Amino acid sequence: MKQLAQRALDTATAGGATYADVRVMDIRQRYLSTKNGRASQVRDSDSFGLGVRVVADGAWGFASTDDMSVAGVDRVAAQAVAIAHASALCKKQDVVLVPEEKTVDRWAGSCRIDPFAIPVSSCLDLLLKVDAELRAVPGVTLAEAAMDFRRIEQLFVSSIGSEIYQVKTQTGAGYVATSFEQNEIQRRSYPNSFGGQYQTKGYELVDELDLVGNARRIAEEAVALHKADQCPSGVRDIILGSSQLGLQIHESIGHPIELDRVLGTEANFAGMSFLTLEKFNTLRYGSGIVNVVADATVAHGPGLGTFAYDDEGVPAQCTPIIKDGLFVGYLTSRETAAAVGQSRSSGAMRAEGWNRIPIIRMTNVSILPGKGTLEDLIADTEDAIYFETNRSWSIDDRRYNFQFGTEIGWEIKHGKITRMLKNPTYAGITTDFWNSCDFICGPEAWVLWGTPNCGKGQPMQTMGTGHGAAPARFRKVQVGVAYSG
Amino acid sequence: MLTKKKAEEIFSKVLKYSTAEETEALIGATSYALTRFANNIIHQNVAEEGVSLSVRAVADRRTARASTNKLDETSIRGVCESALALARLQPPDSELLRMPGAQMFRSVDRFYDETAGLTPQARAETVRKVVARAEKDGLTAAGIFSSGAVATGLFNSRGLSAFHEETVSEFSVTMLHETSSGWAKATSPNCAVLEPDSLGDRAALKALESREPQEIPPGKYTVILEPAAVLDLLGFLFFDFGGLAVQEQRSCLTGRLGGQIFGENINVRDDVYHPLQAGAPFDGEGIPRQRVSLVEKGIVKGVVYARQTAQKMKTEPTGHGFPLPNEFGEAPMNIVMEGGKASVEEMIRSTERGLLVTRLWYIREVDPY
Repeated sequence: MKQLAQRALDTATAGGATYADVRVMDIRQRYLSTKNGRASQVRDSDSFGLGVRVVADGAWGFASTDDMSVAGVDRVAAQAVAIAHASALCKKQDVVLVPEEKTVDRWAGSCRIDPFAIPVSSCLDLLLKVDAELRAVPGVTLAEAAMDFRRIEQLFVSSIGSEIYQVKTQTGAGYVATSFEQNEIQRRSYPNSFGGQYQTKGYELVDELDLVGNARRIAEEAVALHKADQCPSGVRDIILGSSQLGLQIHESIGHPIELDRVLGTEANFAGMSFLTLEKFNTLRYGSGIVNVVADATVAHGPGLGTFAYDDEGVPAQCTPIIKDGLFVGYLTSRETAAAVGQSRSSGAMRAEGWNRIPIIRMTNVSILPGKGTLEDLIADTEDAIYFETNRSWSIDDRRYNFQFGTEIGWEIKHGKITRMLKNPTYAGITTDFWNSCDFICGPEAWVLWGTPNCGKGQPMQTMGTGHGAAPARFRKVQVGVAYSG
Repeated sequence: MLTKKKAEEIFSKVLKYSTAEETEALIGATSYALTRFANNIIHQNVAEEGVSLSVRAVADRRTARASTNKLDETSIRGVCESALALARLQPPDSELLRMPGAQMFRSVDRFYDETAGLTPQARAETVRKVVARAEKDGLTAAGIFSSGAVATGLFNSRGLSAFHEETVSEFSVTMLHETSSGWAKATSPNCAVLEPDSLGDRAALKALESREPQEIPPGKYTVILEPAAVLDLLGFLFFDFGGLAVQEQRSCLTGRLGGQIFGENINVRDDVYHPLQAGAPFDGEGIPRQRVSLVEKGIVKGVVYARQTAQKMKTEPTGHGFPLPNEFGEAPMNIVMEGGKASVEEMIRSTERGLLVTRLWYIREVDPY
């Protein structure tokens, strides 16, 4: 790895690059799934290649290849420089990067049990046990379960002399029970929708999730939803379960704080942001109990946004985003930090693979816990609807006006859960919503969720992000309007 | 770029190393570049090249897949061994079919040398002209100009040999004013027909005409959806038109085949051979793609079938299956919705009061199936 990366770097700088970095990546993945009592997907893959990013003639160029011969590496390094010269045909000023220290380091993320060492047959046995539990409940028409393992080995070298080797192991697992009855489909997922729970750790995550132990309850809820009352429409107090709050953070805090969106470079695809620069350090984003950080450090936990260095060689950091309700931080890169007069990148540049350029991505964007358990919160609530597990998400291109739906809802009256509700939805304006937050549960209810499928950039990149969240209450939120006709 | 001859050579190595009862190789190559602009400058400019080899092995009614992008002898042997080892570790599947044999394919010609060879300089010059167009009216332009070539070979040990190559290109642009924006996009295997200048004009005109927008109250309005917005809505239904989705009762068409669930002026088909479409004339198992009528005069006339689904539902496969093993079965991927007689401009002229919607973005159904 090292010789090829260094050769690419030398070729690029000799060709006229004033800055260059090279990432060599070796990515191994295993995906196993079952459906209705049968193995559905059993596949392994690996992908090995190299990407060269340069500034030449004051503009960016990037080229990548999986031809890891000396000739291939030389060619792609020269290609990156040639592309940068083409970019310079349409520039206003030269690229400026904030300074960064040279770093030489090695790091491996937490992985107690190597998931690739677990026999595939054992994994399938566990998934089929879950499947059997789900289908043991009459009315379940489809049972799906899956595990997803990934090992990402990466060497980063740059023309400032950095040389950083990192290895991350990511594990995901989950399942869904679907029930079809009289033209209505209901589903329940565990521990979360869209693949389950994902973290930067080994097979120990699967052991922690107690997949089998929760299957019967999840299946019964999926079937019971058909007979549940429709979620009412109106302005109500609501409680969001921790995974739904994680996605709420992702969509209405995580994306708008991406400084590339704010500065317009995602205008044609992912969208822009309502968090324009004058709102920095002035906007009352949420109520006084809302504290949010973007934290890529190991101390935050094994999230999908945990690493030692980002893909520009900037050390992982904990960046305050909302402090006591005040908006105080963006996710930045070396280039965007310079554009807004900040002295250092917040270390949020990440690339999906060797063939993609790093762009600003969420790390672990998490709300800090408050006090109390979910039971305490429910007991403290007079009249509200509790939303669990995301089913649908929509938000405008500036991340200001949103609507979410969850798989299941529960009505709370006088401090107790009184009935199940189906098809629950809620809608709001980002800042109104976060300013209505008056209760956040404590550390015992706080979970660092993984979102493995965040899409952004052109060419499209899918990235895993982390979101720590505990159940929280919001006052006077529009509920159920999607079904009110 | 990958040629059919080169792909066949790779497959012969796969056959040399595979000891599976049946072996399939999906071989791909990509050469792709994308110039991205925003704030009236090029801010990203990327290129990639890559190959892939994906081997599916069958043993005792079990199948599994292993993939790599390394094509040396050791890696090819390794991926063959991995696929077989994975297959042997799972329970037998009584519904697994034998791999298909040789097939006849209708050729589709979607490779344009000019697109494959488009240079970063040429893309940058085009972008520079569109940026100049934006600046003339005080607008800010953002968008992409991409081009490239892809090749896919699909072979199996029962005699299947399928190969397809095509070029791809796209120009899309958003023009921004202080209070408004306009958007336009075109894709084609032939970059020469994209007309970036006219796309820039269209996006600029929308941005200029929608300045200082006024809020309107929620309610019922006549709405004109431009083609991209229609696709945004129709796109949610792609997977509902899969036979397995219907059979597993996860399609909104479950129990509604043959029913009138669209307006009488709605006609939809899947047609990979349509001149504006893209893609190979075979599916993930190597079955020739057929034209399939999905909706006629609002009535759901058909869905698409992979081989295994077709067998379950006692019908013929339509050539829309995904590479095995997979949980989805199949889906139409080349949707064509028939147009009516009026242009968008004529529809606007004939509308007393309504809303014109260019596209929907990040807007999802509230109760997805």
